[in-house]
Amino acid sequence: MAFDRTSLLLLGALIATLVAGPFLPAWFTFLATVALSKALVVLGVMLLMRAGLVSFGQGLYYGIGAYGAGLAANMLGIRDAFLLLALGVAASAVVAAIVSVLLARYRDIFFAMLSLAFSMIFYGLLVRSAALGSTDGFNLPPANFAGWSPVGATGRSAVFMLTAVLAFLAAIGAHRYLKSTLGMIGEAIRTNEIRVEYLGASVRRAIQIKVVLAAALAGAGGVLTALAASHIDPGLAYWTTSGEFVFVALLSGTAHVAAPLIGCMLFELIRTFAVQYAPYTWQMVVGASMLAVIMFLPGGLWSLVRMRLRRTA
Amino acid sequence: MSDGLILETRGVSLSFGAVVAAQDVSVAVRSGEAVGIIGANGAGKTTFVNIVTGYLKPDSGRIFYGGEDITPLSPRDITRRGIRRSFQIPQLFLDLLARENLLIAIAIAEEPSPSPWRPLDTASRRAEADAVSSRMGLEPYRDREVRVLPQGVRKLIDIAMSLTGRPRLLLLDEPTSGISADEKFEIMDRVMNALKETAVTVLFVEHDMEIVERYARRVIAFFDGRVIADGPTAQVLSAADVRRYVVGTEIYRRAGAVGEANAVG
Amino acid sequence: MQQLIAILVDGTVYFSWLFIVSLGLTLIYGVMNILNIAHGSLFALGAYMAAWVIGAWFAGGLPPAASFLAFAVAGVAVGAVLGLVIERGVLTRMYGSDPIVIILATYAVFLILEDVITLVWGLDPYLAYQPYALLGRVQLAGISFSIYDLGLVVTALVLAAASWYALNRTRQGKLLLVVIHDREVSAAMGINVRLKFTMTFMIGAALGALGGALSAPGISVVPGVGVDIIVLAFAVTVVGGLGSIPGALVGALIVGLCRAAAVHLMPEAELFVIYSVMALVLAVRPQGLFGRAIARKI
Repeated sequence: MAFDRTSLLLLGALIATLVAGPFLPAWFTFLATVALSKALVVLGVMLLMRAGLVSFGQGLYYGIGAYGAGLAANMLGIRDAFLLLALGVAASAVVAAIVSVLLARYRDIFFAMLSLAFSMIFYGLLVRSAALGSTDGFNLPPANFAGWSPVGATGRSAVFMLTAVLAFLAAIGAHRYLKSTLGMIGEAIRTNEIRVEYLGASVRRAIQIKVVLAAALAGAGGVLTALAASHIDPGLAYWTTSGEFVFVALLSGTAHVAAPLIGCMLFELIRTFAVQYAPYTWQMVVGASMLAVIMFLPGGLWSLVRMRLRRTA
Repeated sequence: MSDGLILETRGVSLSFGAVVAAQDVSVAVRSGEAVGIIGANGAGKTTFVNIVTGYLKPDSGRIFYGGEDITPLSPRDITRRGIRRSFQIPQLFLDLLARENLLIAIAIAEEPSPSPWRPLDTASRRAEADAVSSRMGLEPYRDREVRVLPQGVRKLIDIAMSLTGRPRLLLLDEPTSGISADEKFEIMDRVMNALKETAVTVLFVEHDMEIVERYARRVIAFFDGRVIADGPTAQVLSAADVRRYVVGTEIYRRAGAVGEANAVG
Repeated sequence: MQQLIAILVDGTVYFSWLFIVSLGLTLIYGVMNILNIAHGSLFALGAYMAAWVIGAWFAGGLPPAASFLAFAVAGVAVGAVLGLVIERGVLTRMYGSDPIVIILATYAVFLILEDVITLVWGLDPYLAYQPYALLGRVQLAGISFSIYDLGLVVTALVLAAASWYALNRTRQGKLLLVVIHDREVSAAMGINVRLKFTMTFMIGAALGALGGALSAPGISVVPGVGVDIIVLAFAVTVVGGLGSIPGALVGALIVGLCRAAAVHLMPEAELFVIYSVMALVLAVRPQGLFGRAIARKI
């Protein structure tokens, strides 16, 4: 397996993160855990956007991942983080495989609306089910890691490291995917679907695979967020959560797999400070930034990095 | 059972409401032929190509490829069986480089189930893409984004893409439209020479009668969705109805109009 | 049987409210091809303005009867003004862009307005129950319901009739129908499409705010009140067909009745039912019940 420059850089960044982890303040590693778990979801959004599809319903899989892990932990007594991850990802992927059969027939606003509808259906189920705690949700017990049961600060560090490893590996995987035939077909679909069909490839199948991949990423993100926060509530599946993933993707830029990672970190950092010092202006800041990016920097913040580096695709 | 017929349509008809796009079109093409398809605008030429390649489904009639009934198949399945086409208006991936357009065409032809892991840009594919682009005179444009390229160059890329994947039957929709008069023969020479090496059957839709005369052994003329003439080039081009309905007025006549194309009939 | 009537009545009231709230959204989509997420915050703005006006009105001892006009006008006014600001300030620069990008721009505006509302009106809920109390209740077929709600039903029907008339019988309306049909050709024929867009957006925004204003007396006006509304409005307009006013009527009817049935028969399924209907319609007939089929290219 050939490692190109991006993959090596990401691997290096991961190692640096893991090494630095124990020396970073707790509030920062918690923030980073949440940010990187969301970055997984945003990576999925990015993959879909590269194919010209905007999903306003990634909250569905984010929620399935989280609730899947939560239910497995509380009802089946499963504590192992890896197992919970596997379950969350599997559940998301299965739902996506089913849903994508329908979803892959739509584009543009209909794709967006249908994905929104599915996530809201799930939200509707969650919010009204007393068994799942309705709007309050429920808590998650601390997780084990293949037999090791860390508690307190060590436990949080463990979750942080797990999240970092997954986020960076996912980024490397996404990078690889985007350069593969299937990934490039996604780019082709964005500009000219008919030609793709006329070359002998199935557009529908390619989109289905993408939807499932994005769902698996979102599911993993959901499990990790749940582990980090030790709490799950229906808000994870609400449309505003899905919307947040979309606009972080837009703000970060979709040209490079590192963009969602950096973008999510910045987003969470700024959000933490904004909520603390200027609580009722956070949404305004996000909205204004989004408008600014849309109007003046359509490639997202990454295009600023691009301009600095002066590299070609 | 094909009797050497690579393509056969039987009684193909298609209407869009009151508009008759195709009416009882029956055509039989032998392997290796070079056939020109002519007709005025709206006569049904592109519709014919769209039907044969599965983009449109006829109301009645059937299409056979090498003896197999391909009428119900999608463009994707038809492409996989060895039929390729180019487009009147180039259908390209505008955001990608010219080379990437070709790489995608080649890769899809190679991998029936595209890989999410193996890279698109491999040494062998690049070599093939470069060979095709050289053949079409596209070297200076390889690393340019298609979006910035002029229409004529886009046309060439479009045709180049249809040449990949080792097709057995090629349908070219107005290959020389958008290409300047002095270049058109050069381009068609390149295309036809490339195809001669692989014994591909070619059908090309054309408005340019000089191209038709030079490169087509046989001509099928369309009018109002019907085939009004089907035969050797010189014969069809000089037929009275063809002149009236397709080529223009009775005045059409060139000194020594019968050129090399008609030598073999 | 009693339950069936209750469902029908509830459904009708809910349908009227949904229609009023969704009319502006579908109008804007129909003319401009923009799914205006900011519609949710315009609803909220209308609600806050109305609640504030009602509070001030009754506290000031002004004639109660005129309060209805006052808060409705307040809603319409704030909607129209903001509609102008949004269209001229943001949308006008974006008409050539990808539709999804424009939607994200309206989402950005939505976020900004949400915080503006909180900054202006604070976090505490506003209760403006006076119009309901004023009109009282009435008994019909053994069920008691408030006259205000009946007023909503009448208002919805009046709005439906008025919009039909405005589009089909007035000159400006017919020009709008032309723009809906084909934007480019309209511009080529000399119709001032930009002006039409501004007018349409203002009207659509005003209608959204009116929906909020009329809703205010019946709800607790709190921050975030527009967030739930916008997805409901999406569901209604998608079911009826984005851009179709008869569609909005039918969509509101279907969603209203389904929701009423759920509330009476199985309350846990309320949201589930609404969004399932939306998904079902999208799956079976994406252009909605009244929308135009999407044409294929090449």
